Amino acid sequence: MHTDSMLFHAFVYLAAAVVSVPIAKRLGMGSVLGYLLAGVVIGPHVLGLVGQRSGDVMHFAEFGVVMMLFLVGLELQPSVLWRMRGHLFGLGGLQVAGTALAVMAIGLIAGLGSRMPLAIGLILAMSSTAFALQSLQERGKLATPGGSASFAVLLFQDLSVIPVLALLPFLAQTAVAAPSETQAAQPGWLHALLVIGAVCAVVAAGRYLLNPVFRLIAKTELRELFTAAALLLVVGVSLLMQLVGLSAALGAFVAGVVLANSEYRHELEADIEPFKGLLLGLFFISVGAAIDFGLFRSQPGLIAGLVVALVVVKFAVLLLLGRLFRLPAPDAVLFSFSLAQGGEFAFVLLSFAVNHQVLPTSVADPLVAVVALSMALTPLLFLVNERWVQPRFARVRGEQRPQDEVHSEDNPVIIAGFGRFGHVVGRLLRANHVGSTVLDLDAQHVDVMRRLGMKVFYGDATRLELLHAAGAAKAKIFVIAIDNEEKAVELAELVQKHFPHLKIYARAAGRVHAYEFQSRGVMSFYRETLGSSLDLGADVLTALGMPAHQSHRAALAFKRHDEASLRELAKLWEDDGAYFTKLRQDIEAFESMLETDAARTYGDSDRGWDPIPAGDESRG
Amino acid sequence: MQSQRVLVLFAHPAVQKSRVNRRLFAAAQSVPGVTTLDLYQEYPDFQIDVRSEQARLLEHDVIVFQHPFYWYSSPALLKEWQDLVLEYGFAYGRNGTRLRGKALLNAITTGGSEEAYARTGHNYFTMRELLTPFEQTARLCGMVYLPPFVVHGAIRMTHTAEVERAADDYARVLAGLRDGRVTTETAGSFDRLNADLTALGL
Ligand SMILES: Cc1cc2nc3c(=O)[nH]c(=O)nc-3n(C[C@H](O)[C@H](O)[C@H](O)COP(=O)(O)O)c2cc1C
Repeated sequence: MHTDSMLFHAFVYLAAAVVSVPIAKRLGMGSVLGYLLAGVVIGPHVLGLVGQRSGDVMHFAEFGVVMMLFLVGLELQPSVLWRMRGHLFGLGGLQVAGTALAVMAIGLIAGLGSRMPLAIGLILAMSSTAFALQSLQERGKLATPGGSASFAVLLFQDLSVIPVLALLPFLAQTAVAAPSETQAAQPGWLHALLVIGAVCAVVAAGRYLLNPVFRLIAKTELRELFTAAALLLVVGVSLLMQLVGLSAALGAFVAGVVLANSEYRHELEADIEPFKGLLLGLFFISVGAAIDFGLFRSQPGLIAGLVVALVVVKFAVLLLLGRLFRLPAPDAVLFSFSLAQGGEFAFVLLSFAVNHQVLPTSVADPLVAVVALSMALTPLLFLVNERWVQPRFARVRGEQRPQDEVHSEDNPVIIAGFGRFGHVVGRLLRANHVGSTVLDLDAQHVDVMRRLGMKVFYGDATRLELLHAAGAAKAKIFVIAIDNEEKAVELAELVQKHFPHLKIYARAAGRVHAYEFQSRGVMSFYRETLGSSLDLGADVLTALGMPAHQSHRAALAFKRHDEASLRELAKLWEDDGAYFTKLRQDIEAFESMLETDAARTYGDSDRGWDPIPAGDESRG
Repeated sequence: MQSQRVLVLFAHPAVQKSRVNRRLFAAAQSVPGVTTLDLYQEYPDFQIDVRSEQARLLEHDVIVFQHPFYWYSSPALLKEWQDLVLEYGFAYGRNGTRLRGKALLNAITTGGSEEAYARTGHNYFTMRELLTPFEQTARLCGMVYLPPFVVHGAIRMTHTAEVERAADDYARVLAGLRDGRVTTETAGSFDRLNADLTALGL
């Protein structure tokens, strides 16, 4: 078989992931380390299953980072982002500047002059969005102060790539800095204008164009078309950003934030999530495969020393800034550990620097290896932090716990189906300050509800990913209120299987539908018309002269008996003969049962109140 | 004395089985100038509209609770009515002065005979003693508590004539309340209002 075929490559990568990630997880190392090790194993230095092409793969897989930022953006309300501005510019700016200056200072002391060390410092100041965010997210730490500070700094680094690219040529060894190709084409102000224009275009499209477009696509009811549209959106935004020389990840992030309030948010999340997961995995594998162990073998001391130095310097700067910005100690440490590695951008910037004679290859090549190794260290640093550092804080702490910031949707109730039925349920809950996350498949419907000011998300609740995105893992109660009977049962099964902790409350069309729920162990089912037909019946009785309270009681008694008999009958549903015999008996017994009920209420109990009642048999 | 606005709040959970109260209530409805409300008919599911009940109270001077005696007290809905409508800040407590000066009256039918409500009878306590929770409720709200209108031995009344007489008495007492002839001054010393109607000039 041709080992260069696409299928073979796909097979190797997928197999590596499928085998190594579960093992890594089992050992408590997190998925990132698992992917990395898988990459090392299939890479040229161990099994040699993937060779030259792993670089291409890495390039392709970097798109996973873009998707990740899109997803992070989706979960971030613009208001939350606004609150982050201090960290974004203050903390982020100082981190980049501080790291660059620290490296420059070391270079000066080592007698390397100032230009080259400053360039290296700027390049190494970048951290790895992929490694840091994935590791934070996996541990549920993104919403903590340390996590959100890390995120803010990563965002700033993404932003700062553009000025750094502009600055590097001026640091060239030969003082006559040739202007770069990208910069030569257009003057600075025009470029700036283009960038602002592009961002505005993304924001405007997100606000005004995307919802109608998605609605149209949703109306076709072709699920794959929606997925295609979601991917198209992310790819399109990335392309636009690259066109104006901005980081694609940043553009995707902006697009995500703009769509954070959209009713399609959960559906988009559910659609993009698997792609992001796969691509990021691929990215981590390719980083693992690309680690140049050759260089490491020839100069082990130098490389190891540089990796340690890089991590130590970055860590020190981060820790200092973290404390300066008043992060609580455990958060400052988490923040420092998560950003102490080199980033994806370093690869780009290093090759850019070589091209512009800022750095000689003899310096750049070892640095590539150092950055890759430092990335590989990230999951290990997280482990160290978790196992040995944080427990120390835990012992002295015991104080206030920070609030969740990034996750806006921690509703205890999920309502699937927001038609006439679910709508009432949702409003009742809302009026009583119980938040619910609502999913509905009818695009038009969602639109109307949104206009009425309700938060309804478009999507097919029978999709597992969508349930995840809607927060099923954290919710307590799941309300099935969709009108498609088969789907409702299917959904109940899905929820029972994947979220056994959720208590299900289901809308049942009629008796048979109710039996289906009961046979699956869903005991809280509600026949959709029972309540209103009883209300109507009671009102008719009252209109005919029955005292209102008596009609009310009669309807309630009817309901009680009927529900009880329904639950008994459900047990016999499979057995045709027994079912109909019981049904006949029940119907006969039913009315006399109701009559006795009514007769007994406030009936004989008045007899004993007069010890010698007239007409009493004993007295004659 | 100018005419008093009388409100009869009637509570019987099973009027379809009532012999006496139903007749009494019909009699009340026939007295001009008396407002009547059948609570169980108005709130079959116990969802009392507190605001409108309070407004209704403000429009009247004499409040009559008409009900059968159930376990030495009122049926559940009338208790619910008290629990909800007599709010803090409205009926009692700080600034709770809205009912001040009004009169409260129980119009009750009992299964037991008059003799049964005495130390020597099997209910041991007198009606006035058993009704002290209502009396104190009135006091707390700054209302005047009138002696109750009581029809004893309601279960025993097989002859319509007896029921009719009780209904007639009831109508006369309500009219007397409306006209200001039945007050603490005129009736305060009575055990029950309907003990001696002629003494009240009715
Ligand atoms: C639940 C219940 C409790 C009762 N408690 C008493 C009581 O405590 N004292 C009493 O004398 N009669 C009591 N009775 C008898 C009622 O007072 C009597 O049935 C009623 O006054 C008859 O009036 P009606 O024909 O309008 O229903 C009770 C009756 C019932 C149904």
